[in-house]
Amino acid sequence: MKMYRSHIMICRGTGCSSSNSEQIAKNFEEHIKAHGLQNEVIVERTGCFGLCALGPIVIIYPEASFYSMVKPEDVEEIVKEHLVKGRVVKRLLYAETVTEDRIKSINEVNFYKKQHRVALRNCGVINPENIDEYIAFDGYKALTKCLTELKPQEVIDIIKQSALRGRGGAGFPTGMKWSFAAAAPGNEKYVCCNADEGDPGAFMDRSVLEGDPHAVLEAMTIAGYAIGGNQGYIYVRAEYPIAVKRLGIAISQARAYGLLGKNILGTDFSFDIEIRLGAGAFVCGEETALIASIEGQRGMPRPRPPFPANKGLFGKPTILNNVETYANVCTIINEGPEWFTSMGTEKSKGTKVFALGGKINHTGLVEVPMGTTMREIIYEIGGGCPNGKAFKAAQTGGPSGGCIPESKLDVPIDYDNLIALGSMMGSGGLIVMDEDNCMVDIARFFLEFTCDESCGKCTPCREGTKRMLEILDKITKGQGEMEDIDKLENLAKNIKNSALCALGQTAPNPILSTLRYFRDEYEAHIRDKKCPAGVCQALLQYTISKEKCKGCGICAKQCPATAISGKPKETYVIDQEKCIKCGVCMQKCPFKAISKG
Amino acid sequence: MNELEMKEKMEKLDKIIENHRGQQGALMPVLHETQELFGYLPEEAQKKISKELNVPMAEIYGVATFYSGFTLKPRGEHTISVCLGTACYVKNAQAVYERIQKDLNVKPGGTTADNKFTLVGTRCLGCCGLAPVIMIGEDVYGKLVPDDIPDILKKY
Ligand SMILES: Cc1cc2nc3c(=O)[nH]c(=O)nc-3n(C[C@H](O)[C@H](O)[C@H](O)COP(=O)(O)O)c2cc1C
Ligand code: SF4
Ligand code: SF4
Ligand code: FES
Ligand code: FES
Repeated sequence: MKMYRSHIMICRGTGCSSSNSEQIAKNFEEHIKAHGLQNEVIVERTGCFGLCALGPIVIIYPEASFYSMVKPEDVEEIVKEHLVKGRVVKRLLYAETVTEDRIKSINEVNFYKKQHRVALRNCGVINPENIDEYIAFDGYKALTKCLTELKPQEVIDIIKQSALRGRGGAGFPTGMKWSFAAAAPGNEKYVCCNADEGDPGAFMDRSVLEGDPHAVLEAMTIAGYAIGGNQGYIYVRAEYPIAVKRLGIAISQARAYGLLGKNILGTDFSFDIEIRLGAGAFVCGEETALIASIEGQRGMPRPRPPFPANKGLFGKPTILNNVETYANVCTIINEGPEWFTSMGTEKSKGTKVFALGGKINHTGLVEVPMGTTMREIIYEIGGGCPNGKAFKAAQTGGPSGGCIPESKLDVPIDYDNLIALGSMMGSGGLIVMDEDNCMVDIARFFLEFTCDESCGKCTPCREGTKRMLEILDKITKGQGEMEDIDKLENLAKNIKNSALCALGQTAPNPILSTLRYFRDEYEAHIRDKKCPAGVCQALLQYTISKEKCKGCGICAKQCPATAISGKPKETYVIDQEKCIKCGVCMQKCPFKAISKG
Repeated sequence: MNELEMKEKMEKLDKIIENHRGQQGALMPVLHETQELFGYLPEEAQKKISKELNVPMAEIYGVATFYSGFTLKPRGEHTISVCLGTACYVKNAQAVYERIQKDLNVKPGGTTADNKFTLVGTRCLGCCGLAPVIMIGEDVYGKLVPDDIPDILKKY
C-alpha cells in the first residue's frame, strides 16, 4: 500500500453525513490538490466515530487532531494551516483537546479514554466501502483460519469458551445456539443476522453496518461454516438506507474476492448472503417474527419450541444473531477466547456498546467492558446532564426495560445485574433523563409504543397494554385514583406471565420500574394532581406573580388563546379556563414573572 | 399518475417480478420495489403480483397492511418522517412535530393539499445523537428546534 504522511479521516456516518460531511471530504480533496499534496495526504471516508452530536467530525493523523463541527468553508484553512504549515487550527479543534501547553489527541479525550473498542474496532478507522482496508486491519483473517485450520466443531468450541452472549437483548450464549443448529439434522441450514434494531434510542447496529460491514459478513460466513449452512440473510430496517447501501457494496466486493460465493478461499465451503429489508414493524425484531417476515409473511411471533435452531427459516435449522454479536466473532477467533473472557464480569464477558442519548452532554456510542458502572458511563464518559440540571434516571432496554435511579448508578452493568434492577440490557440503548422529565409520562410513552407495536396475536398483550395505557393516560390527566396503582401492578403481573412473546412479556417493565423507584411521582399526580416535573399538560398551571409583574402586557399580546387580561402597569392575570398551556407567555415575559407548576 | 405513466410502470413491475421469480420469500422484496416504483402499492400492482407470484390477494393485503412501511394510498412528493423515538421524545420532538403540522396544515399520516409533503411519525431513525431528528426523503436533519422548520421546508 502507498504511504502517506498524513491521513484525513472524515466521518460519513449518518449523523455527520446529515451535516454535509461529503462536501467537506470533497473540499479537502480539492484544496489538497490545489496545494499539490495529493501524494502526501490522503482523504478517507469512514464510519461513525461515536460522538455524533459534535459532527461533522474530522480526525487528522498522525497527530490524531480532533476537529469537530467542521463546516465546508473551514476546509481551506485547515489545509493551509495544518497540512501545509503544520499548525493546528485551534479554533476548530474540539475544545477539550486544547490545553494551555499542548493539544491532546482524540484518544485522550474523556469520551474515548475509558472506552474499549472491540465491536466498534474499525468504525471511524477504515473506509467501509473498501474491502482492502478491512483486509489491512486483519479482515478475513479469522475466516481464513477457520476454513483452513479449524473444524466446524472447533470454531463452535472457541465461541463457547469465549462465553459470548447475544447482544440483541436476551443475552443467550452464542456458542450454545450455534451448537444446537450444528447438531440439528438436515443439510440445508440458514444463518440470519438481526439488523432490525428496533429499540428507539439505540443505533450501534447501524454504526457497525455503516462503518464496518465486512465484520458482519465475515462472522456470518464463519457461522455458516460452523453450523453447516450455505446461505445467510441480513434483515435490515428500511430506515437505514446508508447501511443497506454499504452492505450491498461489501457483499459484491467480498464476492469479487472469492470471500463469498462458491468455494470460498478455494475450499469446498460455499456461502452467500442476501439482504432483506424490514418495513417498519418493531415486533419483527423478535426472532420467530423476523423469520416469518423473511419468508414473506406478516411478521408475527409464534410459540417456541420448536426453536429456530431446529425449525427456523423455511422450516430449516437456523441461527439468528444480532449485528453486534457478530461484530465480536472475528476478534474472538483472532485473539483467542481467553483474551475475550479477560474482560467483563463473571457471567457477562467482553464489552458492550451503549447508545448514550437524551439529557447528556456527550451523546453518542460508547463501548466499555461489561461491569463498568452506569456512573462511569454517564459522568466520566458522557459528561453528565447539560445545563446544570439534576440527573433523574437512566433508561436501558428500550420498551422492554426500565428506569434506573441515581441510587443504583454504582452497580456494575451486566445482563444479570440489570435484570435484578428491574431493567434489561436490551440492545444497549441508554437514555438519560433529568429533573425535567416526568417518569409517569415516560412510562406512558413506552406503553404507547408497545401498544402500537403489539402484533395483536395474543390477548394479554393486545388488550392488556391498551388497558395499562388507558390508566396511565388517566393519571397524567389528573384523573387517576390510588387504586389505579394496584390495577397497574396486577395487570403487569398477568401480562408478564401470559403473553406469547417477549414484546408482551416485557411491556410492563417501564411501569414496574418507575413504580418501584419513582412511586412518589405517581402519587403526586394522583393525590395532589401535580406533575412535579412540569410535563403533564393537564396538570400544569401558569400563574403570574404579583410581585414580579410590571404590567407590560407583552404576555397578553402573545397569548394565542387570549387568556390573559389586565391593564398596563397593573398585574396581569391568566384565565385558567381559557389557557391552553402553550407556555408562550412564560417564554416571552421579560421579567420572568410567569411560572408553571 | 396518468394512464401512460401507469402503463410504463406496470411494465417495469413485470421486470421486478421476473427478477424475483423463484426466490424464496420473494413477496417482501417485490413489495418494497413496487412501492419504490409507484410511491405506494396500487391495487392494480397488487393484483399483478398476486397472479404472477401465486399469492392470494388477501395475503398480499394482510402483509401490506401489517407493516407500517407499506402504504396503499399515494403519498406526497416528499415524505417527512419525524422521529418519535425515546432519545428524541425526551428532547421534545413533540414540539417539532406540532410545528410541522401547524406550518403545513397537515395531520399525522396526512398529505398536504398541494401533494408536496406527507407527514408521518416514526420510531428511531438511528441518529439519536442528533435528537430531535426528522428525515425528509433520505435527508436527515438533527438537533432541531421548532423554529428551524420553516427554513428546512423551504428547500423542497
Ligand atoms: C419485540 C422484540 C424485539 C426485538 N428486537 C430486536 C432487535 O431489534 N434486534 C435484535 O438483535 N434483537 C431483537 N430482539 C431479540 C431477538 O428476538 C433475538 O433474541 C436476538 O436477535 C438474538 O440474537 P443474539 O442472541 O445475538 O442477541 C427482539 C426481541 C423481541 C421480543
Ligand atoms: S405478546 Fe404481543 S407482540 Fe408478542 S405475540 Fe402476543 S400480541 Fe404479538
Ligand atoms: S400558557 Fe399560553 S394560553 Fe396559557 S396564558 Fe400563557 S400564553 Fe396564554
Ligand atoms: S455519524 Fe459522525 S460521529 Fe457518528
Ligand atoms: S430516538 Fe430519534 S433518532 Fe433515535
